[in-house]
Amino acid sequence: MSLTVSQLHVTVEGVEILHGVSIDVAPGSVHVMMGPNGSGKSTFAYALSGHPRYLITSGKVNVDEVDATHLRPDERAREGLFLSFQYPVEVMGVPVRQFLRTAYEAIHEMRVDPVAFSQLVKKEMSELRFDPSFANRSVNEGFSGGEKKRLEMLQLSVLEPRYAVLDETDSGLDVDAIKLVAESVKRAKARRTGILLITHYPRILEFIVPDQVHVVIDGRIAQSGDVSLAHHIEEHGYELFRS
Amino acid sequence: MKDTKQFQQQTIEANPVAYPYMAHPGISSKLVDEISHYKSEPDWMRARRLQALDIFNAKKIPSWGGNLRNIDFDSIHFYMRPVEKRATSWENVPQDIRNTYNKIGIPAAEQKNLAGVMAQYESEAVYHSLKERLEKQGVIFDDMDTGLRKYPEIVKRYFGTVIPAGDNKFSALNSAAWSGGSFVYIPKGVQVDIPLQAYFRINAERVGQFERTLIIADEGSFVHYVEGCTAPLYRADSLHSGVVEIIVKKGARVRYTTVQNWSKNVYNLVTKRAFVYEDATMEWVDGNLGSKLTMKYPSVYLLGRGAKGNILSIAFAGAGQHQDAGGKVIHGAPDTTSTIISKSISKETGRTSYRGLVSVPKGMKGCKSSVVCDALLLDEHARSDTYPTMDIRESDTIISHEASVGKIGEEQLFYLMSRGIKEQEARNMIVQGFIEPIVKELPLEYALELNKLIQLELDGSIG
Repeated sequence: MSLTVSQLHVTVEGVEILHGVSIDVAPGSVHVMMGPNGSGKSTFAYALSGHPRYLITSGKVNVDEVDATHLRPDERAREGLFLSFQYPVEVMGVPVRQFLRTAYEAIHEMRVDPVAFSQLVKKEMSELRFDPSFANRSVNEGFSGGEKKRLEMLQLSVLEPRYAVLDETDSGLDVDAIKLVAESVKRAKARRTGILLITHYPRILEFIVPDQVHVVIDGRIAQSGDVSLAHHIEEHGYELFRS
Repeated sequence: MKDTKQFQQQTIEANPVAYPYMAHPGISSKLVDEISHYKSEPDWMRARRLQALDIFNAKKIPSWGGNLRNIDFDSIHFYMRPVEKRATSWENVPQDIRNTYNKIGIPAAEQKNLAGVMAQYESEAVYHSLKERLEKQGVIFDDMDTGLRKYPEIVKRYFGTVIPAGDNKFSALNSAAWSGGSFVYIPKGVQVDIPLQAYFRINAERVGQFERTLIIADEGSFVHYVEGCTAPLYRADSLHSGVVEIIVKKGARVRYTTVQNWSKNVYNLVTKRAFVYEDATMEWVDGNLGSKLTMKYPSVYLLGRGAKGNILSIAFAGAGQHQDAGGKVIHGAPDTTSTIISKSISKETGRTSYRGLVSVPKGMKGCKSSVVCDALLLDEHARSDTYPTMDIRESDTIISHEASVGKIGEEQLFYLMSRGIKEQEARNMIVQGFIEPIVKELPLEYALELNKLIQLELDGSIG
């Protein structure tokens, strides 16, 4: 039981970006993926979620027992995969409340009691310091950068995925907002969600201790290790990993 | 061209309603005379009809808007009367007509305590129930023919004053051949708190339908009038050409809501206009689905200081359809305000056009107008055009205009699908979100119906 990615090769518009990336995220564990700009971190996130422009040419993505390599994005979500977007998308005229319920019912393939569900949403919203009126606002429309990231975390809490990939959810946030993201990650971890945290900055690691850290350079994992690897990068940058 | 007998036979087979009176196809002064005679109209109305026919014959088919060249006026039935007497209650409506209404959900609406239902089945109102409360308030809600019979003075005073026969070729045609429609009068200060509803449909192949509606809201009154139009599929092109005239007197407010879904061979060419006086408000809420071609630009003439006009419209054009819609506002008095919000969706070879006019003549100081038109294209072949005309002759005005054309973005779809939502449902969500600002203005049952219709269109399960 784990999110197992083995030897993933991904091309975007005909150019290979990832040259065989493997990773194994167990339920309830937190993995961190770090790397310089353009190293392929976001490509990895999109490819895992099944974005149509990110073509998996070889390798495998397994979500627990299911081979998700060639599943559509909605099918992957139903298998328990979640992607927190670096740039969450606006959906005009669709209220957050309706969006969350539609997504929940789609992922878990069940109807929920609207009243009970909206109470759950309300509770999770207050954890993330959202004013209750946000439930009626259109998804991401007119949201600040921080609000968009918090809405991603709200979805992480409400949708209860088995594995979540957080694509630079902490970037562009002030320290209070980073703490909120870290709290969300901890709560998800406590629910046994396996987390892959893609980040630029080790700051969030002041609040979460990862089980593993992976350094991605030029579409390959250059090194994996414990949290000390992140601290090493903080001090010395990525130069050491470029061979 | 089919011979009339054969056509009549087919019509009756298609929907076995008895047609006691069926005009020959084509329009002539003889036919217009006959319609007027058949309805026992006063001479002045007959004279107006005949005069309008001359105007119709003299005017050329418009060369702008959509393609009108394929309308064969000689093959259209201009008058048909399905039942002898108007029914006064639901039980008295003939069973076969009730069956048809059942399919479009009218009994459900009826259960919801409607103010009064007036339904137009082909050329004549067949069902008309009026709640006692309305009568006590002095509200008149009749079909137009009854209105003319019972209140000839009011009709004579207002009929054709907002939209004269000579306004355009199709208003001339309607003025010559009109039948049915609603006549509404709201006395001073009366607030009608439940929407007045009318259902219109064309039921027979090649039947022209020329309903005529006149609404007069006296000073300080309020009414919400709702028309829902649906029609099943036919084999030949059909013509619907209605005229709606509204007079909103000082301090009154009228909202006129339309949700229509004509079958995809109907030419829907409607002239709608309101005269709005001091501190009065007119609101058009217009949902256009279906039809082969719709040309409709609800208009507001702001004729008194402080008058307001709002026009909200949604148009959906599927394969082979053209929705040429928009709105017109004439700021004919100072300190008047208007908004036009137009949303359109085109799919496959569907085409939507926004055609709008905002006019502020010199001297009309302190006017404000805001126009927003957004188009959503669902695929590569879909088309949308914008023809906004701003005729602003006065500098002391505040005018804004925004237009956008967009596609359902790959990123939007991916975002929703990454949340487990299937592609079709994700598309539906995006489209419904796009039209939400207008749908939320509709009465709930219409909002649901419109969302349902659009969803069916998107799923490709109808049409």
